Amino acid sequence: MITNIKNGLDVSTVVQAAVSQHGATHEDLIPILLSVNEQLGYLPTEALSEISHSLRLAHSEIMAVASFYRMLSTEPRGKHVIQFCESAPCHVMGGRQVLRALQEELNLEPGQTSADGQWTLLEISCPGICGVGPVMMIDEDVYGNLVPERLSEILAKYRE
Amino acid sequence: MKFYRSHVLVSIDPASVAKGVHELIDALQDELVTQGLIGEVQVLETSQISEHPEGLEMVVYPEGVHYTGIQIDDVPYLVEEHFLKGRVVKRFLAKETKPSDEELGPPKSKEVRVVLRNCGQIDPENIEDYIIEDGYQALGKVLSEMTPEQVIEEVITSGLRGRGGAGFSTGRKWQFAKSAPGDVKYLICNADEGDPGAFMNRRVLESDPHSVIEGMVIAAYAIGCNQGYVYCRAEYPLAVKRLNTAIKQARAIGLFGNNILGSDFSFDLEVRIGAGAFVCGEETALMASIEGRRGEPRPRPPFPAIQGLWGKPTNINNVETYANIPQIISRGAAWFASMGTEKSKGTKTFAIAGDVNNTGLIEVPLGITLREVIYDVGGGIKNNKNFKAVQTGGPMGGCLPAQYLDMPVDYESLMSAGSIMGSGGMIVMDEDTCMVDIARFFMDFTQDESCGKCTPCRVGTRRILEILERICEGEGRESDIETLEMLCRQIKTTSLCGLGQGAPNPVESTLKHFRSEYEAHIREKRCPSKVCRKLIHYNIVDACTGCLVCARNCPVNAITGERRQLHVIDAELCIRCGICEQVCNFNAVEVWS
Repeated sequence: MITNIKNGLDVSTVVQAAVSQHGATHEDLIPILLSVNEQLGYLPTEALSEISHSLRLAHSEIMAVASFYRMLSTEPRGKHVIQFCESAPCHVMGGRQVLRALQEELNLEPGQTSADGQWTLLEISCPGICGVGPVMMIDEDVYGNLVPERLSEILAKYRE
Repeated sequence: MKFYRSHVLVSIDPASVAKGVHELIDALQDELVTQGLIGEVQVLETSQISEHPEGLEMVVYPEGVHYTGIQIDDVPYLVEEHFLKGRVVKRFLAKETKPSDEELGPPKSKEVRVVLRNCGQIDPENIEDYIIEDGYQALGKVLSEMTPEQVIEEVITSGLRGRGGAGFSTGRKWQFAKSAPGDVKYLICNADEGDPGAFMNRRVLESDPHSVIEGMVIAAYAIGCNQGYVYCRAEYPLAVKRLNTAIKQARAIGLFGNNILGSDFSFDLEVRIGAGAFVCGEETALMASIEGRRGEPRPRPPFPAIQGLWGKPTNINNVETYANIPQIISRGAAWFASMGTEKSKGTKTFAIAGDVNNTGLIEVPLGITLREVIYDVGGGIKNNKNFKAVQTGGPMGGCLPAQYLDMPVDYESLMSAGSIMGSGGMIVMDEDTCMVDIARFFMDFTQDESCGKCTPCRVGTRRILEILERICEGEGRESDIETLEMLCRQIKTTSLCGLGQGAPNPVESTLKHFRSEYEAHIREKRCPSKVCRKLIHYNIVDACTGCLVCARNCPVNAITGERRQLHVIDAELCIRCGICEQVCNFNAVEVWS
C-alpha cells in the first residue's frame, strides 16, 4: 500500500491554496478537486475533509463528486500514470494488441497500480487524437501510432 | 500611405532570433539602401513561417516566394538578383514540404470549409488574425443594425440545426430561451466532446476559438443572457488554454464586459473544465457538473430553456453550432441555406477514423453520400480491402453496411437507417472487422460510462454486454438474439437520457444488418472475420519450411516439429496470440474459424 503523497506536500496547504484560487462555493468544488488531485497525485481522505470544512459541504457530497469523475482518484496512484485509449478508432487500428502487450510488459490489469508504486495503468476515454491512433499518454506525454514493438523503448524513458 | 512594390516578411521566432535574424534584417536594410531600393521594398517582421525551418527564412510578396536558409553574406546577391533584376534565386527556394498536419490537410475535392475555414490559417492566440479574416464583423453588425428578434429570425431562416447530434433547430431553441420568463438567463457552450473518434470541436477550439466566442456573444445578445460558460472536457488542455487566451484578448478590446462595442448589451464568459465523465455531454448532466455536483442527468421537461443552470432559463449549443453563427450573420441566411438538403442545411464536420486511407477531419455539405465521404474525401479503404460498415454518430450511433453507401448524409436519412448524425464521428471498418466484436466493444464503452442513475441504462447495458461477451467466447445460446432485441427495445424506451436511449443502437443495427455473423458465432461457434480469439485456431500449412522461428517465439511452447519438417500447433496449449503468424516468413500460418 502506497500512502506517500506526491512530492511530500502538506495536504492542508495544497487544499487552502486551491480554495483561495478557485473560491469556496459549491460550484468551485470540481476545479478545487482537480487542482488538489493534480498536486497530490490523488485525493486522500484528509484532503476531502479539509475541502468539506472549507466549503461547508457534507463529506458525503464531496465524496459523491470525487468518486464520480474519472480524472479524480481517491486511491493513490503510481509515480507514472499510463492512460491507454481503448476507444473505437484506436481499437480498429490495432489498439487491443498494444494494450495486451503493455499489460504483459507491466504485469498489470487496467485500473491497477504496480506493487512498487511505479506505474498505474488506466484505460481512458478518447483524448481525441485519433489521427495517430493507437494512442496512450504517460503522465503528460502523448504517444501515437503505437505498435507493440515500441513499448519497451518508450517505457524505458520512465524507468530509472 | 506609402506604396511599396515589394514586401519582405521575415520570420521572427525564438529559434530564428538565436540564429541571428535581427542581424539579417539589418543587413537586408543596409543592402537595400546601398542598392537604392529602400523606397521600393519594405521589410516586415512576421511570426514563424514554416514548422521546421532550415535556417532563417522569409517570404517575398506579391510573388509569394518563400526563401529559406539565408546567411548574412548572401544578402547582397539576393537583393541584387531578386529586387534589382527581378529573378528568383532558386538555391534559397524553400522545398515544398508535405503538410505536417495529420488531422486536417488541405481541403480535398467535395469539401466545403465553413466552420474549419480558419483552422491552420490563422494564429489562434492572436485576436488580430481573426479580425483580419472578418472576425467580429458579424457581432458589430448584430449590435449596431439588428434587433434580437431579427437575429433569431435570421438563424431560423438559415435552417441551422444543432451540431451536437440531436439536430434541433438552433433558432427555435434560442426563441424558447428568449421567451422563457426570468431576468437572469445563462448561455452554455457544450465543448464536452466525448464521443470516441470525434475531435472536430477540439480542433475548432484550438485553431479558431474566436469564432465560437463570437457566435456565443451573438446568441447571448439574441436571447438576453449576460453570463455564459464554455464547458470543456479536461482531456483538451490546449483547447482550454486557447479559449482562455481568446477570452482575455477579446475582453481587453471591449468585446466582453459592460456595453460591448458601445451598445447597452453586457456579457461575460467563463471556461469550466470537466473532470472526465462521458455523460456530462448530456445537457442536464453538464449543468449539474457546472454547479459542482455529480454529472447525472435529470428528466426533461422542464427543458433547460425553461429551467436550466441554477434553475434559470439556459441555452445550450454545441461548439460547431456557435462557430457557424458569425458566418450566417455576415454572409446571410440564404447563403447558408443554399448548402445542404431540404431539411439539413449547411455543412458538417466529420472525423473519419478507422480503415480508410485519409483519416482526419473533413467538412462537407450535408446531403453528400456516404460513398463520396469514404471514397472521394476519405480516399477509400486501406490496403485495397473491401468496405464492410461505417459507424456514424459515436457510441450511440449505428453501423451501416454497404447498401447504405449511396444514402445522403443528413439528419433524417441517418435516423431512418438506424443510426444518427451525432457529433460527427465516423468509423470506417473493412472486411476484417467482426461486427459482434464491434457491438461488444461499444457496449463495453456505454456500460462503463453509464452514470448509474437509472436502472435500464445501468443494468440493461451490462446485461447486453454480458450476452455479447458470451457470444464472442463461443458460449452463445439459441435464445440470445431474441433476448438482445428485447433488451434493446426496453433500454431505448425507458432510459432517462440520450446515453441510455442511444446505447442499444450499435447492437440493434448490427443485429439488423449483420445477423448472419451473430448466428455463425452462436450456432456454428465460428467467427467469420476471424477476430474472436476463442473461436479461431491457428494452423501450419504445407508452405512451412521447418525453420523453427514460430516454435522459438511461441510464448507457451505449443509448436512442435523438427528442423526442415512441417511444424504442428497444439490447439490445446495455443493461446491464440497470433505471434506465430506474425513471425512466419513463408505465410505458412493460417487462421481458421
